Amino acid sequence: MSELAHTWTNVVVILIFVFSFAALLSWIERRLLGVWQDRYGPNRVGPFGVLQSVADAIKLLAKEDWIPPFADKALFVLAPAVIAITTLLAFAVVPVAPGIGVVDLNIGLLFFLAMSSLGVYSIVLGGWASNNKYSLLGGFRAAAQMLSYEVFMGLSLMGVVMLAGSFNLRDIVTAQEGLWFCIPQILGLITFTVAGIAEARRLPFDLPEAENELVAGFHTEYSSMKFGLFFIGEYVGIIVISAMMVTLFFGGWLGPLLPPLMWFLLKTSIIIGFFILLRASLPRPRYDQLMAYGWKVMLPLTLFNLLITGAIVLAWGL
Amino acid sequence: MEITFYLSGAIAIAATLMVITGLSAVHALLYLIVSLLAVAIVFFVLGAPFAAALEVIIYAGAIMVLFVFVMMMLNLGKAAAAKERDWLNPGMWVGPAILAALLLAELLYIFAQDGGTSPTVVVDAKAVGISLFGPYLLGVELASLLLLAGLVGACHLGWHEEREGDGAGLARRSGQGGVVADGPSRENG
Repeated sequence: MSELAHTWTNVVVILIFVFSFAALLSWIERRLLGVWQDRYGPNRVGPFGVLQSVADAIKLLAKEDWIPPFADKALFVLAPAVIAITTLLAFAVVPVAPGIGVVDLNIGLLFFLAMSSLGVYSIVLGGWASNNKYSLLGGFRAAAQMLSYEVFMGLSLMGVVMLAGSFNLRDIVTAQEGLWFCIPQILGLITFTVAGIAEARRLPFDLPEAENELVAGFHTEYSSMKFGLFFIGEYVGIIVISAMMVTLFFGGWLGPLLPPLMWFLLKTSIIIGFFILLRASLPRPRYDQLMAYGWKVMLPLTLFNLLITGAIVLAWGL
Repeated sequence: MEITFYLSGAIAIAATLMVITGLSAVHALLYLIVSLLAVAIVFFVLGAPFAAALEVIIYAGAIMVLFVFVMMMLNLGKAAAAKERDWLNPGMWVGPAILAALLLAELLYIFAQDGGTSPTVVVDAKAVGISLFGPYLLGVELASLLLLAGLVGACHLGWHEEREGDGAGLARRSGQGGVVADGPSRENG
């Protein structure tokens, strides 16, 4: 009974924390962008503008929830829910700290990959169901981009799996005692970072919603809380990708002095900050450049990494 | 665990029936995705978590995305107003939503069962790898030959259009689709 209570406390606390952090992240991002662009950002609501996300939520909830008459209503409603569900489910396997985490799956890493690959339906169906040219173009781009980047996202993690000898994320973290995988798997880290940004559809890979050519891409027709769900889904996606990078390459909760939970939060926050810095500093590539970069640069790089890692593991008999 | 097996099996069958009887290609594909997810849960319950994960990643997450991608392009051309009204029928979408919700509930139930311990022998990734590159090596090689043939074919088709002069063939083809597409979609707008 107490174990059940422990599990449920874990589930509820993590769910609430991830959701509120995702909401807060919209404010953090705007403030950080402001700092890097030499302006203030939202600083009016509450101390330092920290309640800005609450104000945004109230605004979104109070807006008219409009479904265009020409849209495929069912899919139009379903699409934003898919992204929220898949990103939150992906977070379920993240090992936050010893004893903290929703579920300890033996195929945790594969489960994360599965959920991130299902997330694309949200964007594609949202774009298609809107029955609008810009939305459809956004949906097309999302499908092609996420499919291409997913291929080497999975492959880039196989080096980590080889070194740790397990798909279980907790085993992967404990295998990093002594040396974090960001050193031996530096190529894997680079390719996973690129793939992760593309999967989270962040700038410079936000072509599905490129606002200066596609209005707002796949969510052009969305308003009110349906748009809010896409928004939350994107931020939860960033948190999940950052948490996975920490887990797979930066030793998860491992670290001296501070308690494990603090280390995990600290590392994850730094990587999220890095994602926001990327948004502030990089221009958006052209679409064909994006695809060529994925298939011609990143995929060979991951295969090369796999080859080297495989050879070393075989030679040293790790 | 037996209940989850029979339930997901039933969902897989029902969803596959809807794929066959469905009128709209995109909706039928969504049922197919639900069916694949149900089959993945069947694999999981039977003690093959690796196969289950690959089913979701490769079939539901990659191949079906390609199908949806192509269907989205084709459908735009045939989006007649009458058909469009058919799609707005709630009967078309309540189905996949309920089935997917059931699957989700099942998944949560499996999680509640401590990561899904199964009475049968669990076949993990290592066992799959050993049998793939051991007794079934010939099958793997044959499958890779087939894939290579497909790849060469696709490469040939793509190369041919490049040579016609800066993707002219591709432009002509999508142009034809566009002419058909414009009429009905403008009426709807």
